[in-house]
Amino acid sequence: MGSGGMIVMDEDTCMPDVARYFLDFLTDESCGKCVPCREGMRQMLKLLTNITQGKGKEGDIELLEELAETAQEAALCALGKSSPNPFLSTLKYFRDEYEAHVKEKRCPALSCKELIAYYIDPAKCNACTTCGKKCPTGAIIGGKNLIHMIDQEKCTKCGTCFEVCPPKFRAVTKISGVPVPPPLPEEARTIVRESKQK
Amino acid sequence: MDNERIDQIIDKHHHEASSLIQVLLEIQGENHWLPKEALARVAEKLQVPLTRVQHIATFYKAFSLVPKGRHEIHICMGTACHVRGATRVLDTVQDLTGIKPGETDLDLKFSLQTVNCLGCCALGPVMEVDGKTHGKMAPSKTAEVLKNYE
Amino acid sequence: MSDITFTIDGREVSATPGMTVLEAARAAGITIPTLCHHEKLEPYGGCRLCIVELEARGSTRLVVSCVYPVEKNLVVKTRSEKVDRIRKMILQLLLAHAPDAFDLQDLARQYGADRDRFEKEPSFCVHCGLCVRYCNEVKKKNAIGFVDRGIRKEISFIPQIAAKECWSCKECFPLCPTEALQAAYVLAKALAFPGDGAKG
Repeated sequence: MGSGGMIVMDEDTCMPDVARYFLDFLTDESCGKCVPCREGMRQMLKLLTNITQGKGKEGDIELLEELAETAQEAALCALGKSSPNPFLSTLKYFRDEYEAHVKEKRCPALSCKELIAYYIDPAKCNACTTCGKKCPTGAIIGGKNLIHMIDQEKCTKCGTCFEVCPPKFRAVTKISGVPVPPPLPEEARTIVRESKQK
Repeated sequence: MDNERIDQIIDKHHHEASSLIQVLLEIQGENHWLPKEALARVAEKLQVPLTRVQHIATFYKAFSLVPKGRHEIHICMGTACHVRGATRVLDTVQDLTGIKPGETDLDLKFSLQTVNCLGCCALGPVMEVDGKTHGKMAPSKTAEVLKNYE
Repeated sequence: MSDITFTIDGREVSATPGMTVLEAARAAGITIPTLCHHEKLEPYGGCRLCIVELEARGSTRLVVSCVYPVEKNLVVKTRSEKVDRIRKMILQLLLAHAPDAFDLQDLARQYGADRDRFEKEPSFCVHCGLCVRYCNEVKKKNAIGFVDRGIRKEISFIPQIAAKECWSCKECFPLCPTEALQAAYVLAKALAFPGDGAKG
């Protein structure tokens, strides 16, 4: 696809999202003359978007396969005929990822915004306040010597806290498919620093 | 842009209907957008139906039928940039400027557009403002870049 | 040049060189469903409903009959499991836009297409291009054209031309497979609000 350059993706890249991404590009490039390409891709993009947003339904994958056949066989030009390829090849090798999205509403690559939550591991947080200062929406609760928590209501999942959490702590994690653990009770959140006690 | 200048461009292309796209590109290049009057003028002078001119002017992304802002922001949505978080960069820029891709803000300061590859994938995610490339963008860095533009 | 003979659905059919498979089939009284085809217009190949199965030189493939020229010894099948499946999907895709169009409903019954398969986005227009091409090729008025591309493609009247030409013509209205609703709507809008941008 595209320039012929090779792009390496690892387990942090979500395959249904890659298919959605390519479909989005192709939908944009479609000229709109023939039905299998214009309408087929419109529906494929809708289905894939739903899947990556956790709104996928049982049967969506099969419907996508039907639409893919129609485009391959009946589209007018090579763009339309090859438009289902990103979907078909990611499905061939990563069907489990599609099924996790549809059935468990879980993104194994922890990349689909609607399916993940950011969570601060209280055992690892050192209450350094770095993430709290950078958070654009003020969703980090906590302060100096007070283990941080994320207000899931305020969180826009921009990932800034995940980026800025110092590598030696790695307290900010992403979770998917499971509910966010309940916050620690207030009294357990204070960090008593040994060095300062001496 | 006045009709005189449009006519000059058309003359340069010898009034040939097959030069339609070239003519439109040159007008777009000088004026940054294609006013309706310009399209009508081109259609008349090149003897091409206005429907065709309109189809072409709306078909290609290089053409704009609405005025552009003083600064054009291009955010790369190519594969490499995408997997490295271009969507999150785009989200932040949208929040900062208040406009979506393809839009221009009310005081004509910024126009925002997504592009499919800027050709420097190793620098991804890439944001380009007025032709200047800002590589290795992160959502937290965008405000820093945009505040340099007035 | 002599006639070309080939087979459609097991019947021997003859055609003159340059004819399309669809024309030859219609001349022989064999029906192939179409939406974007019109005798007075150049073949378009947009709706893809007239897709047929072709056997030539030992292999089978699918082609759209409205743009495929006849060849000697072709073996054409107008119905097959695959052809029907694709026609059904095309109809379902179009029904999302024009769920109440009679032409589409008739075909949908024939091919078992479910009009509720996809979420409805009633835009009426199925982009068959009949109005646009008729205005351009037959009437040579170019009052209506396409704008934009892909899923954002729309038909659009040029108000200045439409105001002069359309009220006395309206020949495109009965051509519309979705009951001319969209053409009438867009035309009225273009005339009422001539300044309403290129998209009319």
